[in-house]
Formats: sequence, structure tokens, C-alpha cells
Amino acid sequence: MLTVTDAVVRYGTIEALHGISFDVQQGEIVALLGANGAGKSTTLRMVSGLHAPASGSIIYEGRDITKVKAHEFVSMGISHVPEGRRVFPQMTVEENLEMGAFRRSGPLRDDIEEIYVQFPILKERRKQPGVNLSGGEQQMLAIGRALMSKPRLLLLDEPSMGLAPMIVETIFSIIGQIRDAGTTVFVVEQNATQALRLADRGYVMENGRIVFGDTAKNLLTDPRVRAVYLGESVEGE
Amino acid sequence: MTMFSPANLKRLFLILVITAVVAVMTGTPGSSTASPTTGVHGSFLERVSWFGLFVAPRWLLFTTLGVIVWLVVSLYRPRARSIRRGIDTALALPKALATKRSTRVALMLVALVVVIFLPKFVHESFWMYLIVEQIGVWILLALGLNVVVGFAGLLDLGFAAFYAIGAYTTAWLTGALPAPALFHHPIPTLWVIPIGILAAMIFGVLLGTPTLRLRGDYLAIVTLGFALIIDDFVETQSGVTGGGVGSAPVPHPALNLGFWHFHWGITPTPYYYLCLVFIIVFIIVFTSLERSRIGRAWVAIREDEVAAESVGINPLKYKVMAFAVGAASGGFGGVMSAGLVGIVNPGLFTFQISVNVLVLVIFGGMGSIWGVALGAIVIQTATSYLDNYQPWGYQINDLYMYIGALLIIMMIFRPAGLLPSRRRAREFAAAKGDEQVHTDEVLTGDQP
Repeated sequence: MLTVTDAVVRYGTIEALHGISFDVQQGEIVALLGANGAGKSTTLRMVSGLHAPASGSIIYEGRDITKVKAHEFVSMGISHVPEGRRVFPQMTVEENLEMGAFRRSGPLRDDIEEIYVQFPILKERRKQPGVNLSGGEQQMLAIGRALMSKPRLLLLDEPSMGLAPMIVETIFSIIGQIRDAGTTVFVVEQNATQALRLADRGYVMENGRIVFGDTAKNLLTDPRVRAVYLGESVEGE
Repeated sequence: MTMFSPANLKRLFLILVITAVVAVMTGTPGSSTASPTTGVHGSFLERVSWFGLFVAPRWLLFTTLGVIVWLVVSLYRPRARSIRRGIDTALALPKALATKRSTRVALMLVALVVVIFLPKFVHESFWMYLIVEQIGVWILLALGLNVVVGFAGLLDLGFAAFYAIGAYTTAWLTGALPAPALFHHPIPTLWVIPIGILAAMIFGVLLGTPTLRLRGDYLAIVTLGFALIIDDFVETQSGVTGGGVGSAPVPHPALNLGFWHFHWGITPTPYYYLCLVFIIVFIIVFTSLERSRIGRAWVAIREDEVAAESVGINPLKYKVMAFAVGAASGGFGGVMSAGLVGIVNPGLFTFQISVNVLVLVIFGGMGSIWGVALGAIVIQTATSYLDNYQPWGYQINDLYMYIGALLIIMMIFRPAGLLPSRRRAREFAAAKGDEQVHTDEVLTGDQP
């Protein structure tokens, strides 16, 4: 569904990604793991069109999207949940969800109700501005907003960032449900254990390179994964 | 806190220092040829009339005013909470009424009747002229800048450029510039209206497309630069624009429908109605834009550009649109001003104009159409009055000091403006309050 080949990303003269390749197949959850500064977020920024690669290619559903701009991704069926949640602070929960469907027309009522079934807390809070929600609720809102465009591929940037373990658990189980409902998921995550329990496959990054990739099951027991996270990754950070 | 606690005495001292500064700034200017102490002498020792009551030295007047301010503040502070609560209860009913649709419609109708019959009550042609030139045109400018600053959240410090483009387009097409009119065929002023609006919008797109990739401060600097370029161009290219002297007379608008002729001439009242019609049209257009899909995209970009992009909004496209739409009413302001004043010159389009328009928008309430219109009416009426009557020894040069003080007071007591838009008021309240940390979050070092 998504194939990245030899992608190089530069910030000015500094090369942040030194030619990475990976792929995401339809219907799976793929996790991209790595320590702080390994290049995970840069990879996601590249895949979501926010930062074009200097060389290499990104192919999505057989189409070259290397040069496509971020705002055009939505109409191609790719939805991006940016790092740090980024809900519209002064729009209500419901307005946020409506914004998620900005690129399509037609009645939204049923789709919004569907999101509320998935995230009942959002229904309770639907008249509240986004800024008043807790971090976990904001993350749910950001995911719900991304789902409003009915994506075939969902890109998640650090969904567990800054959240308490219990909420992380909830969010990850929802990501599982999203996959089960037929949306492919590519998730960038620091919390390796949690992400691998959920994912089908995973890639591990270090210093701007993908050092290895395998099924999530194998990675969970792979000692090299622990080595990448110096000091060993402990559940829930 | 008692009256003479150290904290309150410190406040008295601060107030007196500020008062002394105000006394110097409003006093006689110093002179390099006469005694260097002329300014100080004039500022403090000169005997002046106290609002026409009696005559005493300035230092005594300013000290008294400072002490009065101090007394008011020290009496207010301990009771602030209950006073504010009292005001809230008193305003509860009017506020509830004001949010009702029926009262809003009624208010609008009353306002409409008042503005339609206003010329019947203003008998002096001089004042009618000021109402069009100082209030009407400025409402148009403020409405336009409000789209850019209030709706899309883009700080534009060069809005006068669009005003200039509207005015110079008018002068050019009517044949009043040294540069020959388009196709060497001057056209009537009234016909320039759509062309002037279009020209300003095109310049909005031309300026916006390269610059709106920038954000915040950088954008402000570039817009400032653009305005300075336009200003410089009209000032120096006298072969094209007439330079500092300005244009030849721009003909007054006239309408010829075959069966009915109308000439705008020199009396201001017909211009008043022309201006009024366009203000109403712009208000209707901008209101419906605000509520449209485009308006929602503007809000999204203003609140979080990355999030806006992630839901599929092309930020550049909508920002350029805001520039072009805002430029439309600014450009019309220019056409209006050229047609009314009958001459176009660079003095009308200085940086000061851009700042003044921004003041109206901030004072009235960013993002609130009725707010900025009201802001323009209040400030422009006050400045016209002060300039022409010069009450209480008011000096024209001091205008910006008073406007500055007014803005500071506004920022303290009503930061979202006179009639804030509901969403903007929330944004300001949120910016003021501390960020909440919820129970399901953990604080990590790498939070944005």
C-alpha cells in the first residue's frame, strides 16, 4: 500500500535520514520505533508530505506521491494525526470533528455519531472547546478528527506522548479497532513494548537509518530492540 | 491592604513618575536655541487653565490628577472582586437580551434607520464631510484589515498599500495622473469602483503568494516592506504618479442612466450614501464569508496551521484569499477617498495609516465585524472632534500618545476589544489562564 525507497531527507545541509526503505501492507499496523532523535518524526513528516525527501521515492497505492503536498493527502485517503495532538484549541469537540471532514461534502451527522460510539467521552464533551480536554481526550479527538475523512491509511505520530499508562492502553486498543475496521495504520512510537504488542510488523531506527525490521512478535523478544533503547525500555516509560 | 502600606505607596510613586512623563510629553517642546530648560519650565511651571475652572501651574495639575488616579486605584483594588461581580449581575440581563436573535435584528434595524437619516441631523457640511472621509472610509479599511488580521490571523502592517492602490488606480484611469490613462481613454470615476476593487485584490494575490509562506513576525515585516515600496514608488516616480504633489483633480463621480442623471459634486451627503451602500455590502459579504467553508478554514489556520494542513486545508490558498478579500474593501476605500477628496497624494498612504487601521481593528475587537465598525466610529469620531475643537489645550501632536494610552487601558480591561467576537474572546481568556495539567497526562521532557 505504501512503499518508501531510499528516502533521504535533509534539513539544510544536515542529512537527517540517510536513505531509508520500508513498506506498509494493506490491513496491517506497522510501528516505527527508535529512541529520541533517531529520525522517527522526520520519517513521518516525510511520509505525510510536510517535508519532501531530497531523493528516493514514496509510492502509495501504485502512485508516486513523493512531491505531493501535505494538504492533498487527505483527498487521497491518507490521514495524519500530528505529533502533540494538535486539536483546534478554541473549536468545540464537534467543530473539530467537522473540520476533519473538510475535504468532503455531504451530511456528517452519521459519521460524527460513529466517532462518538468509538469515543463515548467525546460525546459527553462535544460542546467543550478542545483546549479544555485532557491530553488523553485530545488524543482521541485528534484520532477521531483524522477518521472523519474516511482514510484508508492512518498515520499516527507518537500517540502515547505525555499520556499516563492507563490512557495509553485505551488509545492503543482503539488503534487496534481501527485496523480491524479496515484502515491500515502506520504509527511512530517511542513506547516500543506497547506498540509492538499491538502492531503486526515493526521497524527500528537509529541515527537516521532503519537498522532492522521484523514481525512484531519477533521484535518483542529481540535483544537488539532493547539495545537500541539504551538503558532498556520499561513499560509505560 | 491599607491605604499607606509600602506596596500602595510604591504604586503612588509609580503613578507620579508616569504623570511627570505625561506632563513633559504634553508640555511645551524644548528649544536648542533658547535656554535648554524651556521645555522643562513649560512642562512644569507654566500656569494653565484647569479645565476652565481656575489657573494654576502644570505640576500642581498633574500631581493632583496622579493622586486622584492613585486614590481611585487604592479604593478599587480591595473591592475589585465584588465590584466586578456587581457589574456582571447588572450586565446579565442586557447580555442575555443581546445574544437573542430578535434583539440583534431590532438593534440592526435601529442602526440602519439612524445611519439612513443621519444627514438630516448633521447640518454642517464640514461635519458631513468628516463623517465620510474620516469615518466611512476608515470603516471600509478596518473591515478589510479585519478579514486579514481577525479572520485569518495574519499580521499585516502594510494595509495602507491596498488603500493606495485603490486611490491611484482611480486617479490613473480617470486621467488625473501624469501617466496616460489606460488606452489613453479616461473613464468615469464611478466605473473605476469595480476596477479599483479588482486591482487591489490582484495586488493582494501578487503580494500574498510569495510572502504568505512566512509566518508571524516575518510576514509582518514583509507586509511593512511592501507598503514602504508602494509609498516610495508614488513619492519618487513623479512622471507616473505625480510624486509628492499628487495627482491632478480626480473628477467627481457621476451617474448617467439616460433617463436619470446624478452628479456627486462637492456636497458630501451623496458620497455618504454611496459609502454607506458599500459598507453594508461589504458587511454582508464578509459576514457570509465568515460563516462559510472559507471562514472555517481561516479559523482553523489561525488556531493551528499544522492541524489545518492535516485535515486537508491548503494554508497558502486560504491565506492568499484572505489577503485578496481584505484588499477589496481597502481598495474601495481608496476609490472612495479619491472621488471625494478629488486629489490623490502620498500623504494618504503612510505607515501611520496602516498602524491606525490596525488600532481600529484591535480596539473594536479582532474578528468581530460589528466590533471593528464600532471601533472605527468611536476612535475616528473622537479624533475628528479633538482635531477640530482642540478642547482642554489638546494638541494634535499628542494624538498618538492618547491612542497609545487608550490601547494599554483596553489591553488591561478588555483585551479582546470593544465588541469581541465570541471565539476571539475565548482565545484571549485561554491565553491568560494557566495551562491545565490533567490527571491522565505525565510530564515528559519532549512535549511541544
